[in-house]
Amino acid sequence: MRIELNGQSVETTVPTLAALITEQNYEARSVASAVDGQFVPRDAREGINLTAGMKIELLSPMQGG
Amino acid sequence: MFYGTELKNRLLLGTAQYPSPDILRAAIAASGTEVITVSLRREGADGAGFRDILKDSGCRILPNTAGCHSAREAVTTAQMAREVFGTNWIKLEVIGHADTLQPDPFALVEAARILCADGFEVFPYTTEDLILGEKLIEAGCRVLMPWGAPIGSGQGLRNIEGLRTMRAHFRDVPLVIDAGIGAPSQAAQAMEMGFDAVLLNTAVAKAVDPVAMAEAFSRAVDAGKQAYDAGLMPRRDMAEASTPVFGMAELLA
Repeated sequence: MRIELNGQSVETTVPTLAALITEQNYEARSVASAVDGQFVPRDAREGINLTAGMKIELLSPMQGG
Repeated sequence: MFYGTELKNRLLLGTAQYPSPDILRAAIAASGTEVITVSLRREGADGAGFRDILKDSGCRILPNTAGCHSAREAVTTAQMAREVFGTNWIKLEVIGHADTLQPDPFALVEAARILCADGFEVFPYTTEDLILGEKLIEAGCRVLMPWGAPIGSGQGLRNIEGLRTMRAHFRDVPLVIDAGIGAPSQAAQAMEMGFDAVLLNTAVAKAVDPVAMAEAFSRAVDAGKQAYDAGLMPRRDMAEASTPVFGMAELLA
């Protein structure tokens, strides 16, 4: 299925958000996740089943003012 | 001072726009700051390096919601920041206009209310408007951060009388001048007026020598704080000689 990850269209076969994070080589502990504009806490990622067209954001600490 | 945290250093420093990671690291050290602001973004090339700088700095992290234009975006960003940085502190920015970067007061209060109820310790980027300040306090904020001037403009304190009124009105609320400071003299002026701290970024990051400028700001903030504590002389409209007239010689022939 196709999902949108950080603004990029991505094809994946993994079932959950947690699995997607591993598949896409993100460090699970250093990113925060949101699905369709809603925050998903780290320990809830396992329970989020991916569906086609989901918009997923994985964010990391960056420079800011 | 800030949600039960006392700071010795009254300068809060942003971490964006530095010429290099090493200069950022050195500027944080030279400023003596205890609080640095950071954001959350899609991971770029040097994410791990930046995380090391944050860890090594020993500073408290004040995550921000920079770039958010709605209460919902800001709330989600704050929730994500709390998990990544392990802090309840959040510098709440809800931008109302892309050109002025002026806060959207309505969305700001809405987001502040949601976040305070959810256990966040909110540092709202606001204007000098007193009613807006009251609404933010009602929402649960225990710090207010009025702008000096538009973000990144370096104009200093644009509405000095308004800020003075705000300081007098919110006597017991920690107030931080956030944004618009361009020169150490402006930071000193804010502190002389009784503001509790100054938050800035561009003025240091875009200086020719950011590390030296970080130190200059640190000293200016210290000087301004010391001057406020010492009590400034009242301003006069007319001259008044400081040397006594009594005992003066008659030298006219």
